[in-house]
Amino acid sequence: MLSRVLSSLGAMVGGRPLRAEPALREGDVTVVPSGCAHNCGGHCVLKAWVKDGRIVRLTTDERPDLDDDPQLRACPRGRSYLRRIYHPDRLLHPMMRVGARGEARFERVSWEEAIDSVAQAMVRARDRYGPAAFLNMHGTGGASLFAGSRMSQRLLNVFGGQLNHHNSYSSAAARWATPFSLGTADAGHSPDDWVNARLILLWGFNPTETVFGTNTSYRLKLARRAGARIVVIDPRFSATAQALADDWVPLRAGTDSALMDAMAFVTISEGLQDQAFLDRYCVGFDEEHLPAGAPVGASYRSYVLGLSDGIPKTPAWAEGYTQIPSERIVALAREFARTKPAALLAGLSFNRRAYGEQPVRGTVTLAAMTGNVGIPGGSPGGVSYSISRSLPIAEFPRGRNPIPESIPVFTWTDAIVRGTEMGAADGVTNLPEGQSRLRTNVRFLFNTAGNTLVNQHANVNRTVRILGDPSLVDFIVGIDQFITPSARFADVLLPAVTWFEKNDICGIWGHGHSLIFMNQAIAPLGECRTDYDICAAIADRLGVGSEFTEGKSELDWLEQMVAPAREADPSFPSFDEFRRRGVHVFKYERPHVAFREFRADPVEHPLATPSGKIEIYSQRLADMALEHVPPIPRFIPEWEGGPWDPLFEKYPLQAFGRHYQRRTHSIFDNVDWLEESQPQRIFMNPIDAAPRGIENGDLVRVFNDRGAIEIRARLTRRIIPGLVDVPQGGWWTPDERGIDQRGNVNVLTSERPTPGARGNAQHSNLVQVEKVRA
Amino acid sequence: MTGLAFHIDVSSCSGCKACQLACKDAHGLEAGRLWRRVVEVEGGEWTRKGNAWCSTVFAYTISLSCMHCERPACMTSCPTQAIVKRADGVVAVDGGACIGCRYCGWACPYGAPQFDAATGTMSKCDFCADERDAGRPPACVSACPLRALDWGPIDQLQARHGTLAQLPPLPDGAQTGATVVISPPARMSPLSPDCVQLANDEEILR
Repeated sequence: MLSRVLSSLGAMVGGRPLRAEPALREGDVTVVPSGCAHNCGGHCVLKAWVKDGRIVRLTTDERPDLDDDPQLRACPRGRSYLRRIYHPDRLLHPMMRVGARGEARFERVSWEEAIDSVAQAMVRARDRYGPAAFLNMHGTGGASLFAGSRMSQRLLNVFGGQLNHHNSYSSAAARWATPFSLGTADAGHSPDDWVNARLILLWGFNPTETVFGTNTSYRLKLARRAGARIVVIDPRFSATAQALADDWVPLRAGTDSALMDAMAFVTISEGLQDQAFLDRYCVGFDEEHLPAGAPVGASYRSYVLGLSDGIPKTPAWAEGYTQIPSERIVALAREFARTKPAALLAGLSFNRRAYGEQPVRGTVTLAAMTGNVGIPGGSPGGVSYSISRSLPIAEFPRGRNPIPESIPVFTWTDAIVRGTEMGAADGVTNLPEGQSRLRTNVRFLFNTAGNTLVNQHANVNRTVRILGDPSLVDFIVGIDQFITPSARFADVLLPAVTWFEKNDICGIWGHGHSLIFMNQAIAPLGECRTDYDICAAIADRLGVGSEFTEGKSELDWLEQMVAPAREADPSFPSFDEFRRRGVHVFKYERPHVAFREFRADPVEHPLATPSGKIEIYSQRLADMALEHVPPIPRFIPEWEGGPWDPLFEKYPLQAFGRHYQRRTHSIFDNVDWLEESQPQRIFMNPIDAAPRGIENGDLVRVFNDRGAIEIRARLTRRIIPGLVDVPQGGWWTPDERGIDQRGNVNVLTSERPTPGARGNAQHSNLVQVEKVRA
Repeated sequence: MTGLAFHIDVSSCSGCKACQLACKDAHGLEAGRLWRRVVEVEGGEWTRKGNAWCSTVFAYTISLSCMHCERPACMTSCPTQAIVKRADGVVAVDGGACIGCRYCGWACPYGAPQFDAATGTMSKCDFCADERDAGRPPACVSACPLRALDWGPIDQLQARHGTLAQLPPLPDGAQTGATVVISPPARMSPLSPDCVQLANDEEILR
């Protein structure tokens, strides 16, 4: 302990003046190594060219570009960053609301006034409702070690606590469902293993547009070059399908489980399954391997063959739901069953649908039936993009929270409206002994570097009604770089710096293989401050400043957080050298293959499931008896999914919001270079446009009972008829009639959660589209 | 032919436009001025078969800058001889001589020269002369996340990738001697190249 204190003192006293200058000079320009770490999973190098205190250019990785260590090249979003840093709308001063909440009428105030106001409101709310009335919003604007939402999370904890939340808007159902099958949600192989696959199914997985880790797409290109055939299953002919696929299987959105069931039918009826693998490693595939308590006919095989319900899940049966020609389903099933090894890599799109838990467990079942678990070039399905090889870094400490209970993050508006009615049935976890409901409604919102307060949460019109009601919400603090749709609702709005105005480290969702130091390149613009500095100032005003900072500067924290890397990897440089280089890549002896040990010896290395095996039939799920979460994965026709929903008569088009290449969620929506490159549009098939009299470029109204947007149409054959795509993340911009003019898909999405995880089902929507006539 | 050229690997281009953005960053191009643009085309069709949809749909994108032609139409159309073809093959605008009449932009079948409102002259891809002088590849090439762009002397690129210099909807490269090498998308065959349609005109026509 003493030596630790001494060494940290040494670093503070002796270290700082000696710190290496991390920049290189080139003429009158200084090149500062930095990076981009928004919540796309990317971890990309950006080098800031600074001249006279201003960034004039951003270049990317210039290390040698090697197959086993490819350059970490920034995507179009990162490459446009100049236009974001110096955007004329940057929030540069603390602001206080003067109009009604949400009206976006603010008045400039001093930092002192702003901090005072926040601190007073916090004390008031704590004294009146207790700490459980505070909610730190899910915010992913920064996905670095110093991510903004972490700062306010720690602030609330040192102040007295807060209501916790779990899940995310990305992967709630997937991370909830995968462990029922595999015992863990971390089921992916490292991408350098993909070259070992002979067939790769990219199922609703579109890393070329979402990014999903720098070089994910490039790794797929290398896999293809090494001989893998790539098949994309997606209702859109995505950029991934275009650049990487040998074949494309379009299907009706949300019917993935029907396709899986039919592929299983073909596999079983043609005897193509790896029966030896199923017998040894799995529970519940057939009647002979059901858990003791399971009823007769409960196995997956019985369901698929129709022995339990009289409906064989034939390709013809699936064709009716999926709209895939049955012979195509047969061919796909045979190819997947016969090609070894094959990797089924599922994205997260189908986990954000009405019954998002089902296809997630379905992918594990298909992977198990074909024996592709635990082998190089295979994949166990589930959350299969994830790499369970964590980086040796520490998190920014969240602090101790005396409030244990936690809500599913997607239900936070319910926690405002009817929190004291919410209990286990609403997905609330960790309720303390003797407490069956939340102790208070949420009354105070802290929104740091996030846009889920309005823009990214479902059913925007409902959300803004709730937030605008001062009898429900006492106070909202916003910390942001722009007056986003969420920031509009702040009572006090505090201006934050961009990456380039602070020091931080990019560590990609906590997994992967590299760390990037983002050195401060320029002085903060205007009166902007770092999230850490802002929260430290509030803590200080609340009398808990030293508890928050522990006397540490941001660089001290960063050095502390990467300290484990030096212990784990002898090649990790000194902190100063790391800053100078900007990038450190961790080298591994071999690719990570999930469940390799389990495959080698399932008795010695059981899974973390109750049986220790892959649970195609989950007794835990059977015991939970949740509606629409059966013990075996299976297709359940969605609400707002297709013609089977009565709402289809009124709203005959499915709508979803893909991740757009030009944005990370809602970030970059206001960048002109990106609007020029990929404008916000609704994408629809000419087959759907023609009967509506809609031509390319027409202004159209997209609506359902929840709201309406007006947006220009891009007609494209790259999307299956019957589905329209309003890329998610457009900044909600209501006109005087309340009709959004920026194509915010969440005006149309539902707050109804998935049945298991209580996660977001924001891709399941029915709408109508009509031409706006002048 | 020995001049400098780009290799455009359409078979692995996703159309992300990192090249276009890196170009704008390197040359400080305001919105509305594109030295590099990405043309998107799509083809094929959807047909109903019972409950099912059968698709032959495909698409590809071509990252397009100046083709640094052998016989540049921009150069011959310029009334002030402000456009030159340098020894290294690069076609460049001499801003001092340019009067901003825009004839070159209209004459170029690829629309490569772009008007710079700030200087009142035409501007265009100069193959990143500054970058090459500093020993770096052109900004677009080093930006491509899928490594679908390359550059070098045209004879070397042709030896590696063939001599295709045209792909629908681009004009016939032979007219102006487009100095470029294109690798076509695998998905093109056996479909006829005539069945494709420009899909993103609002993103490229300015």
